[in-house]
Amino acid sequence: MFSETLMEVRNLTVDYVGETSIARAVNGISFDIRKGEAFGLAGESGCGKSTVAFALARLTRLPGLVSGGTVRFEGHDVLQFSKARLKAYRWRETSFVFQSAMNALNPVITVAEQIMDVIETHQPQLGKRGARARAVEMFELVGIPSQRLDDFPHQFSGGMRQRICIAIALALNPKLIIMDEPTTALDVVVQRDIIEQIVELKSRLGFSVLFITHDLGLMIEFCDRIGVMYSGELVEVAAASSILTAPQHPYTRALGNSFPPLTGPRRRLEGIAGSPPDLRALPQGCRFSPRCSRAMDVCTQVAPPLKYYPQSQGQAACHLLQ
Amino acid sequence: MSELTESGPFIATQQSVTNGNPAPTLDALMGELKIKRRPGFLRRFPSGVQTFLTNGKGVAGLIILTVFVVMAALAPLLSPYDPYRRAGKPHVQPGVEHFLGTSRQGKDIFSQLLEGGRTSLTVGFIAGISATLIGLAVGISAGYFGGKVDEVLTFFVNVALVLPALPLIIVLASFVEEASPTIIGLVLAFTGWGWSARTIRTQTLSIKSREFVLAAELMGEKKWRIIVREILPNMSSFVVGGAVLATIYGILAEAALEFIGLGSPSSVTWGTMLYWAQRSQSLQTGAWWEVWPPAVAIMVTGAALVLINFGVDEITSPQLRAARLGGRIKKFLKRRGRSVDVF
Amino acid sequence: MSLAAVNLETPVLPAGRTVVEMDNVTAEFVLGGAFFGQVVLRALSGVSLKLVSGRALALVGESGSGKSTCARMLARVYSPQKGRITFEGEDISAFKGRRLERYRSDVQMVFQDPFGSLNPVQTIGYHLERPIRLHRPDLRGAAVNAEMLALLDRVGLKPAADYLARRPHELSGGQRQRVAIARALSVQPMVLLADEPTSMLDVSVRLGILNLLEDMKVQRNLAALYITHDIATARYFAEDTAVLYAGHLVEQAPSEAITERPQHPYTQLLIEAVPNPARKISTTRTRRATDIPLWTNKSVGCPFVSRCPRVSAICKQVMPEPVFVGAAHSVRCHHI
Repeated sequence: MFSETLMEVRNLTVDYVGETSIARAVNGISFDIRKGEAFGLAGESGCGKSTVAFALARLTRLPGLVSGGTVRFEGHDVLQFSKARLKAYRWRETSFVFQSAMNALNPVITVAEQIMDVIETHQPQLGKRGARARAVEMFELVGIPSQRLDDFPHQFSGGMRQRICIAIALALNPKLIIMDEPTTALDVVVQRDIIEQIVELKSRLGFSVLFITHDLGLMIEFCDRIGVMYSGELVEVAAASSILTAPQHPYTRALGNSFPPLTGPRRRLEGIAGSPPDLRALPQGCRFSPRCSRAMDVCTQVAPPLKYYPQSQGQAACHLLQ
Repeated sequence: MSELTESGPFIATQQSVTNGNPAPTLDALMGELKIKRRPGFLRRFPSGVQTFLTNGKGVAGLIILTVFVVMAALAPLLSPYDPYRRAGKPHVQPGVEHFLGTSRQGKDIFSQLLEGGRTSLTVGFIAGISATLIGLAVGISAGYFGGKVDEVLTFFVNVALVLPALPLIIVLASFVEEASPTIIGLVLAFTGWGWSARTIRTQTLSIKSREFVLAAELMGEKKWRIIVREILPNMSSFVVGGAVLATIYGILAEAALEFIGLGSPSSVTWGTMLYWAQRSQSLQTGAWWEVWPPAVAIMVTGAALVLINFGVDEITSPQLRAARLGGRIKKFLKRRGRSVDVF
Repeated sequence: MSLAAVNLETPVLPAGRTVVEMDNVTAEFVLGGAFFGQVVLRALSGVSLKLVSGRALALVGESGSGKSTCARMLARVYSPQKGRITFEGEDISAFKGRRLERYRSDVQMVFQDPFGSLNPVQTIGYHLERPIRLHRPDLRGAAVNAEMLALLDRVGLKPAADYLARRPHELSGGQRQRVAIARALSVQPMVLLADEPTSMLDVSVRLGILNLLEDMKVQRNLAALYITHDIATARYFAEDTAVLYAGHLVEQAPSEAITERPQHPYTQLLIEAVPNPARKISTTRTRRATDIPLWTNKSVGCPFVSRCPRVSAICKQVMPEPVFVGAAHSVRCHHI
């Protein structure tokens, strides 16, 4: 369905450097994002999914350090970009919508000026008038009436502000939008509204999305493929449709069972015993083995590699599959 | 790789791709960034103390201040002469007999410096700590109780903030003829607590809004217990930082007031030493040794306290702590040909 | 220790008894200036509900719907402007002194944010010891320690002795929430108010916390109020669900009836919006969510008119009274 690769991530490693220790938050993960697809990174807080998003956007800040790996965007190594190249990369080729984005809008500048700012910086040839026209167009695209263009951020609700952020992210027609929990702070009804809007825009404009959320149900609805992360590693990559129906990795299966259903009989679900490991005191072998109900001897000694399995048409990292 | 692509819509990874930029192992990275585990004796302290003790600036300040305090405390033992009496001829150059020379009146400068340090440090610390304690009591009450209590207390805070120490000392000095270091210290304490009250109030408001305070209230804890056990321990580094700044202010303000002649000229402090050096026109007559020692002592004490304050600041700010590593991480990136614009 | 452990399993009340009752409660807050343009926000409008021992009532609503206000009223953080809240038949606004102290221990709250509800500078032991010292005069000396260990053990923090000296930052979110639950249980309450107790936790540990609360509810016959924005966990944990919109209870029913046969258009909208992995997102519907209206003491009619597909003239003037559509299933809508 999606054949051309847009972004190629290989062995990406991100560390958090402390005063006395280093925690490897992302441990050599590899995946691709194809043109036009929505790729999801699922996992619990602390599994490293947001750290990956920041690294791909070249936004890793102290004490974070991208200590290894490559990130290629249309064949160019993002980690090696110079300042000038980075400027073009951000917003024009890749843009971002973060959970807190709606609170990051400048409160003393009208929303029109904020979006025009981005347009004028990157496309000065458009001029003021052209930028304004583009701003109107973007606002209409995300469903904000153009007469509200000259309002200030505080005059909008949270959902509206998040739409404004999406409009800004789309303003320069980027090929990839990285969305890190874009709707988590919003209510379900507003969330549904915004997600539907994004789906519609995506099919119209053809951009790719890296979608990050802890809400597996929402992710399965929205994404084409999903990578499941646990403790800084990818444990499974598969089509969204098979994550719940044919999970390969025990963690994926357990995660799927962690969401109570809305239908069917009310029955007790068990969730996952224990909690994710401390990155500074990782277990030997497979990182999920202490919480895994099907752990074998080998699991506590050897870390299983992520491998392709034809039966599921996906990748998984588990000794049980061999 | 192509064969894997064909076998399904998913590209396998790791094995199929040559890794151009391998990450160092954690041990190698620890070595390259020079990160070491803390020695055992340090790990017994609370983490805030650990942070302070591993901060070069903070420790340097602490060492300097300790040296000064010890010397001042042992002044009677270390002083070669009586600081209040003539010890030799006027304006003797520094030498074997008088380590730092003598003043115009023939008093031994080194002995005066030690004795002056005793007074100046005591007054500075007492003024600084009293101001902080007053500020703490007022700020925490205003912040926690809110309402009318807050309105009244905030009024007094504003009065304290605009109340100038200088005219007050002039007025007081005219009453008691000459203001002894004790009086100066008291006036500084009573005029200098406004800032600490204001910052502590803000801090209290933010801690009060945290749910553990509500949880304690709903559990039926007494108000004083909530203040002392729930709120206060959460701002200890703010209080210490405030006390350090207030002490700097106390030492500098005391010296300044005495230098312009508002103190008691018969007492020996760093401020009165400067006052006498100015009166006897020591610099003009080339007797630099009467001016420099007290001036340097004040500067170095102030600098030591500022260094300590850097250390205390770092405890409350993760960004400052992370910044310690900035240089080493830049080097790491440069060695791999990556740009370091991200910092 | 064994004695204390037995205590934790014993019911505090017979099942099925109404412990707390909110009767037509209205909560108002003054916003803005004291003189001009004073706006009185009505956070709750005539809310009536019951908490029954051995059962949980889920209060579902979006942010700003007034659900946290409701819990805080029951905890007596605020008092109602109109209506009554009774605890075992007594009006709680009359409680003072010793009676209030006892009420404080009878009604316990578990907060949303386990990072904020535990004091970062105090140990886990401190958090459990204080309530015991305040409300359990029967326990002194070594018995306090034994009780603390039994509590930690009960909430699944094992070995319990390892946790007493630790501070909150050394624990994961789920472990902290377990400490908060142990603290609530330490005073042997009859009512548990859980204000979104899992929304800040990792997905994989949420069910563990809900199951722990469930066990407490069943074994000790606690009356529980479960506040959430997630209708699926409401159905999972609570026998009954009440849907709150702009301070109005619009629908109340057994949880399964709410999810399977929602009657109020708002409940229907809410259930439709829940992510459902069994379908793909359709982009054909055009639904524009507007915000919850700011409800003041001057507002009239049904608060849902701005978003309701069935809106008619009467909706803008009168808020309908509850209509029963099934056993214990009541709806406030003119079009039922």
